[in-house]
This record gives sequence, C-alpha cells and structure tokens, in this order.
Amino acid sequence: MTEEGSPGADLGDALIRARGLTKRFGEFVAVDGIDVEVRRGEAFGFLGPNGAGKSSTMRMIGCVSPRSGGELTVLGLDPRTDAARIKARLGVVPQRDTLDEELTVLENLVVYARYFGLPRSVARARAAELLAFAQLTERAESLVEPLSGGMKRRLTIARSLVNSPEILLLDEPTTGLDPQARHLLWDRLFRLKRQGVTLVLTTHYMDEAEQLCDRLVVMDDGRIVAEGSPRALVERWCTREVVELRFPDEDHAPFAAKVGGLADRIETLPDRLLLYVDDGEAVAEAVHLRGLRPMSALVRRGTLEDVFLRLTGRSLVD
Amino acid sequence: MNGPGTLSRRSPARGVLARRVSRGAVSRLAGALPVPAGWAAARLLVERNAVAYRHRWTAIVSGFFEPVFYLFSLGVGIGALVGAVEVGGERVDYAAFVAPALLAASAMNGAVFDSTINVFFKLKYARLYDTVLATPLVPRDIALGEITWALARGVLYAAAFLVVMALAGVVRSWWAVLALPAAVLIGVAFAGVGFAATTFMRSWQDFDLVQLAVLPMFLFAATFYPLSTYPEAVRPLVQVTPLYHGVALTRGLALGQLTPGLLLHVLYLTLMAVLGLAVAVRRLERLLLR
Repeated sequence: MTEEGSPGADLGDALIRARGLTKRFGEFVAVDGIDVEVRRGEAFGFLGPNGAGKSSTMRMIGCVSPRSGGELTVLGLDPRTDAARIKARLGVVPQRDTLDEELTVLENLVVYARYFGLPRSVARARAAELLAFAQLTERAESLVEPLSGGMKRRLTIARSLVNSPEILLLDEPTTGLDPQARHLLWDRLFRLKRQGVTLVLTTHYMDEAEQLCDRLVVMDDGRIVAEGSPRALVERWCTREVVELRFPDEDHAPFAAKVGGLADRIETLPDRLLLYVDDGEAVAEAVHLRGLRPMSALVRRGTLEDVFLRLTGRSLVD
Repeated sequence: MNGPGTLSRRSPARGVLARRVSRGAVSRLAGALPVPAGWAAARLLVERNAVAYRHRWTAIVSGFFEPVFYLFSLGVGIGALVGAVEVGGERVDYAAFVAPALLAASAMNGAVFDSTINVFFKLKYARLYDTVLATPLVPRDIALGEITWALARGVLYAAAFLVVMALAGVVRSWWAVLALPAAVLIGVAFAGVGFAATTFMRSWQDFDLVQLAVLPMFLFAATFYPLSTYPEAVRPLVQVTPLYHGVALTRGLALGQLTPGLLLHVLYLTLMAVLGLAVAVRRLERLLLR
C-alpha cells in the first residue's frame, strides 16, 4: 500500500502505533507504558474502569495531550511535531458534548467545518449531508441548548465527520443515553465502519464493546491487562457458561465449599455464587444432586463483562 | 415534542433571506479583516465569533453607547462648569480635552471585557477551546483569534466614536484620524494582558481584581483632568499605568499636539501587547494541552 521509503512505509496498515506510551501528571502515572496498534478499517476499543487511563490515551492520540514518554505515531506522523496535520485527518467525539451553545445546529457544523479550512460552499453542503445522517435536518435552525441528550450526541458525532476523517476517536460515545438513542448511534457507527472509517472508542459498556469492537484492550491502572477480539477474550479469560446460584442465607461462603469441584472457578458474592463452567445445565443438575436447594439457578453465557470484572476487580474505583 | 411547529419561529422564506443577507455580510466582514501571515487559522475563530454575535447583536450595539454617554455627560455637562483646560501650553475646551481620553478608556474597557469575562466563559464553561483544539487549530491560533476579535470590535467602536467626536465639534486636528490606530494599539495591549491574566483565574470572584485594576485607572490616569493636577510625588504613580499612556497618545493626536513623547507611549503599549500575548499563548498551551 505505502511506497518504499516514504514516511510510514514500515507501518503497514497500522494507523496508530504506540510503544511504551506513558502519561504522567506530576507523580501520578495515568498511562504506564502501553503498546497498542490500530489497523486501518477496524473498530478498536479501550475498556477499563474510571481512571484506567483510557481518556488520557485518547487525548494523546488526538494530539491534545503531550506524551510523557514512549513512542506514538498517528497516521505515520508524530503528534509532537505534526499535530495540525494529524488533527486535519481525525474526527473527535469527546466524552462530554462540547457543542457551541451560542450557535444553531447548522452553524455548529458549518463553523466547525470552517475550522478545517473547508471553503464556505463545501462546508455548507457537507453540513446539510451530515444533518441528514444524524437525523437532525428538521432542527437545523434550532439553538443547541433545547436539544435532547441523544440529539446533542448525534450532532457531536456529525460534527466530528465534517472533515471526512480517516480515524474517528470516540470517548464513551453512548454514556448517558437511553436505549433507543444508543441503538441509533450504534447503527450510525456501523455505517461509518462499512465506509472504511477506522473507529477507536473507549467505553465501559460491555455490550457496546461486544457490538462494535473487532479488537479491544482492557486497561487497568494505566496498563493493558488483556488484548484480543471480544470472543477471544471470553474464551481466554472466562468459561463458555456461568451458573448463578442464589441461596436464602445471608452468607454464601459455606455453599461455595459444598459445590467445590463442580466448576473451573467459583466466585462468592454477597448475594450469589458464580460457577464458571462449560456446561451450565449439567452443573445445575449436579448441584441439585448434591442436595442443595438454591432459590434460583440461572444458566447464562460467559460474557465480556465477566472478563472485565475478573481482570479489573469488583471493587469500586473512584 | 418534535413537531414541525417547534422548528422555527420565523417564516421560512424570511428566515432564509435574512440568513443569506447577514451571513454574506458577516463572511465578507471576516474575510476583509487584515490578517498578517500566521493569522489564517486564527481568523476562523473570528469568523465563529461573528456568527455567534448575530444571535445577540444588541451586545455589540450597546458597547458603542458607553463612551458617547460619557462624552455628553462629562464633556458637555461638566464641561460647562469647567470651561477650558490648559494642555501643552494651549487652552482647550473641556469636551475636546476629555473626548480623546474617553476613546482610549473605551478601547481599554472593550478589550478587557472581551479578553477576560468572555474568554473565561469560553475557556471554563463553554469549553469552546477544547472543541477548537480537536481541529487543526493550535493554542496560538486561539489567542490570536480572540485578540483579533476584540480588536475588530474595538475598531468599530473607536471609528464610530471618532465620528461622534467630529460631529460634536471636539476634534481639533486631522491628526485625530491617527487616534483610530492608537485605539487599536491600546486594545491589543489590554487584550493581550487581559487574556494572559484570565488564564490564571480560577473563579468569577477573581474578576473583582480586574475591576480593582481597571476602575482606578479609568478614574485617575489623567483621564478627566491633566497630570499637572497631581503633586509631583504622585505623578510617577500615574505615569506607570498603561491607560495613562493610552490617554496621552490619543489626546496628543486628537489635539494635534505632536511631540516625540508620543513615540514613548507607542513603545510602552507595544511592549505590553507583545508581553501579554506571549504569556497568554504559553499559559493557554499549558492549560489546554494537559
């Protein structure tokens, strides 16, 4: 694809490449030497609890946060020296909507397109296209403030597309949206992916990661603790099925001992036992055969959420 | 909720027409602004501000009236009591004496308002600059863009006020035309320092400090009476303030009293502008590129 000797020729199809990428704020290490590679056309996810370093990583990729150490190339260029050139080819959807509240919906798009140096006529045409894409044509003349959360989010995403970006950076794109709005957004993101836009997103919704991401990394404490496709991660870090047993007692620990040996791994929670197994029905029956009578026994598939909780723990992060 | 009735308060045809006219005018205005090399990206922010102000044009118009009201209240009203003032060996009407100072003061007030309160709001609340930084613009473009905008408004006000001065018969020399670029210089100097100061502010309370700096200058920087009114010992205190230099510059030009000393005022204000801008850009980079 790339020519011999041209800058970035050794990159192959990696649009983003980080080696030992580090971000420090004073003593605090937000990103602790991560290696990441994002290929052209894929949807790549950063998963992790709050404070894991996802947003810091995104900001470094977006050229708005200088790295403290390591290497980083975006589109074959170094954010330190080529920020403006890189940003010209990126689309950014920040965690919080930062729409221009002094402007109308249409003006938000036109003015934003002008920041990229698009001629006025092109900016206006592009804005009209994107309004349709975001299903906001009817609200073109409205100010931003009265829009619903979902509309604002769609406008933010539409705005990020004015420069026809090669990479779209989405920081928690659907946080705070109702299910209808989320599904509409996912649909729009799928379309973009089909058009060949590379998506890089952070999320802590596991269903979102499973829906959207071809590949993802799980971050915890500034480090990458696992990497792979959603399916590969479930296979590697979880079992095919999980049996959830609820007993009428306050303390579930004694029951954990009684089901010992039935599962690859048993987790004791305050209100239930989780048995990580390959065949859930068989294990549920074996539990019954041991004379145990749980209030409920739920058999479900192992999910990314199980992987996530196993890797990053169940304790609250503030 | 989303019925078509809520879409637009204006009739479509009128809306489109109004939009075409005003957008064309705004674009032409922004496009006609003089932009030195390196200002190209900054100009886009000026354009954004021009579009935003279409929604609240009253804020633009009101800025014009402030110095005009002062001129008639002080120049005409108080001037009738005061009579003439001695400046540079000449006796001039009080209105002619105070008008150029009001021009300088309004250039200062406009620049300070734009570069402090407006910038702080965009920086901390609207997060406009975070948004802008996701595009090819860099912090330097933001600082230049906002200061250029403050200037563009300042030029408008200064030009309008000069016309009012001429109509009121208080302009005594064609050199007064140069008071316009002088007002621009005063604007850049105060906008640069104002912007720099804003990057250090943490809350709205800090703006009381701005008032604490601006108001005494407005009142005491030889704006309303000559420097010679003060005892010798106090004069240097007045002479270090930037507004004193702004007032002395515009007054010298408007009265046609050209002295080499005017160049000193120009130098003072130029240094202040350069320093303010340099600090503003560096601070903005530290604040926004975390």
